[in-house]
Amino acid sequence: MEAQSDFQVDLGHLMAFNPHHSFPSQPSSRDELVKECLQKGTELVQAIADSLFHLPSTEDVDGPLVKLPPPATRLPREKHFPTPKPPTKWELFAQKKGIKKRKKDKVVFDEQSETWKRRFGYDRANDEEAIPIIEAKPNDDPNEDPFAKRKENKKKRIEKQESHRLKNLKQAAKAGALPSHIQLAATALPITGTQAAPKKVTKDELGNVAGLAATATASGGKFDKKLPGEKAAAHKGKYRKFLPVVEGSGIGSREKEQTEKIMNKIFSKNSHEILNIDKAVKTYNVKKEKKQKSEKSKAASATGGKLKPQKKIQKNPSKKGGSKKGKAK
Amino acid sequence: MVEIKTAKTHKGKRELEKRAPKLVESGKKTLILHGTRTSSVLKAVLSEIYHLKKESAIKYSRKNDNIKPFESGGETSLEFFSLKTDCSIFVYGSHSKKRPNNLIIGRTYDHHIYDLVEVGVENFKSMESFSYDKKLAPKEGSKPFITFIGEGFENVEELKHLKEVLLDLFRGAAVENINLAGLDRAYIFTALSSNRVFLTHCALRLKKSGTIVPRMELVEVGPSMDFVVRRHCPPNESIKKGAMKTTREKPKKKEKNVKKDAIEGKVGNIYIPDQKIGDMPLPNKAKGVKRERREAKLKNASGEHEHASKRKKEDL
Repeated sequence: MEAQSDFQVDLGHLMAFNPHHSFPSQPSSRDELVKECLQKGTELVQAIADSLFHLPSTEDVDGPLVKLPPPATRLPREKHFPTPKPPTKWELFAQKKGIKKRKKDKVVFDEQSETWKRRFGYDRANDEEAIPIIEAKPNDDPNEDPFAKRKENKKKRIEKQESHRLKNLKQAAKAGALPSHIQLAATALPITGTQAAPKKVTKDELGNVAGLAATATASGGKFDKKLPGEKAAAHKGKYRKFLPVVEGSGIGSREKEQTEKIMNKIFSKNSHEILNIDKAVKTYNVKKEKKQKSEKSKAASATGGKLKPQKKIQKNPSKKGGSKKGKAK
Repeated sequence: MVEIKTAKTHKGKRELEKRAPKLVESGKKTLILHGTRTSSVLKAVLSEIYHLKKESAIKYSRKNDNIKPFESGGETSLEFFSLKTDCSIFVYGSHSKKRPNNLIIGRTYDHHIYDLVEVGVENFKSMESFSYDKKLAPKEGSKPFITFIGEGFENVEELKHLKEVLLDLFRGAAVENINLAGLDRAYIFTALSSNRVFLTHCALRLKKSGTIVPRMELVEVGPSMDFVVRRHCPPNESIKKGAMKTTREKPKKKEKNVKKDAIEGKVGNIYIPDQKIGDMPLPNKAKGVKRERREAKLKNASGEHEHASKRKKEDL
């Protein structure tokens, strides 16, 4: 029982381990077990606290601060070690020549405007390219524009610098020490002669193309090895859906549904062309009756009026019926 | 066709630098997610682990049906999530008839799976079921005491592995200095048998004792559960060697605002914020101020009289 002072205490992690305790195979009950665990735990925590509070402490606003020793148990890292960056081309050259870096001031005195201006950037001091007049030399070409030439030179310098920077970054990437905020993207030059940028393909398109490529093998892509994480092709090759030969019970007639669906589609498209004969006849008759009624009422009211009653010359009432029949065809 | 891709904003650059590999690493972030079927017990377990590790954990609420960490193809999703959220420990919960209340705790190295431990959860008691004095409740993010009891943790291979993983999961931020007043929680892991571990989370009560060291009292507050070890996948030896490496180098700390001048010696810069002395409220109205005011008034009054008399003379 007294061999409990043999704890392994790791102050760096505030951890303690008691390797000597063994539980009886039949613990009495859950509560008893919990109690015993708490008791043992208290002993261990006390042991850690003993050594912890004996460390030299500094007084702080919130309480005593204690510097923990480095932990004894080693835990695996989450990322690899950062590798040092290989020296750039300029750094190598500077080392060889013995060129040392000098601390430069932020502002420099500009002779032209006699003020203090920044060393680089917009409106910088002693800028050789911001002069409005360039004096011509005797051996200058009269057709050449010196301002344009200066601009071109500047562009070339910038391009050169960018290419150097890219080369340095590629060297760093080879050594595994690329700065964390930079990624080198693969330049995809199009196979065609034009300089068009490659079109960005969507996920669905890629999936379709991959499916097409997969099924282009002799066995239709069935026995290809799949990469980890690759999903099966979306369209499994079955393009038509046939109804089962024997209709199960309780579904209703699927064939009837199918044909009905097709019929409805056709009707809805051409509904303006289909003529409902009965409806047409009815509407015509109703119209005619309304007209006759209105005329009768007019005639009845107009007898006592100033206006002459318009005598409607009804030619052949029977013929109208006949013409109706003809229309209805 | 741009070859160099950089962060477009300073904030983006800082975020990327936070995720870069460092010489000395601070605590690992945890990713908590679950598979297609989770029991209510498992859901509670996952949410409680998330609460215990609030600052350094990310909990996904969607179902993930294509994660099978023990199979060779089923871990791509996990690695992708680990890359996106910058988490290097994950806790994956799933429930099936064969493996009820299953919890897989795994670690990643360089965003590839490093090792895995699979445990089943039994006899789970949630934080709400414990009643205790609210003043004792441990604060979020405090560094815990971790204790392991039982010879099983030394003898059994799987329990050894589980011990390491649990230490990594629960240890909190890796700090050098701690405030002794802020110690308020402890985790107790007990090896009940060769494949069962009892875990409980307690709050600490420091009582006065005769010496500097206070007497510790543990009060059970947090979740308590039994872990039944099912499977485990130890790390690859070569990767393990790489991951366990340490250097003696300390990260270079730049001393700011100090210059060493040849003539003046060591010179430092001090920046003081603008003290608006005119706007500062005076603590109490000193009696002298009142007297000054009175005197000033008198002066003004006498001055006026003089002016008045002068004017009269001029008028005349």
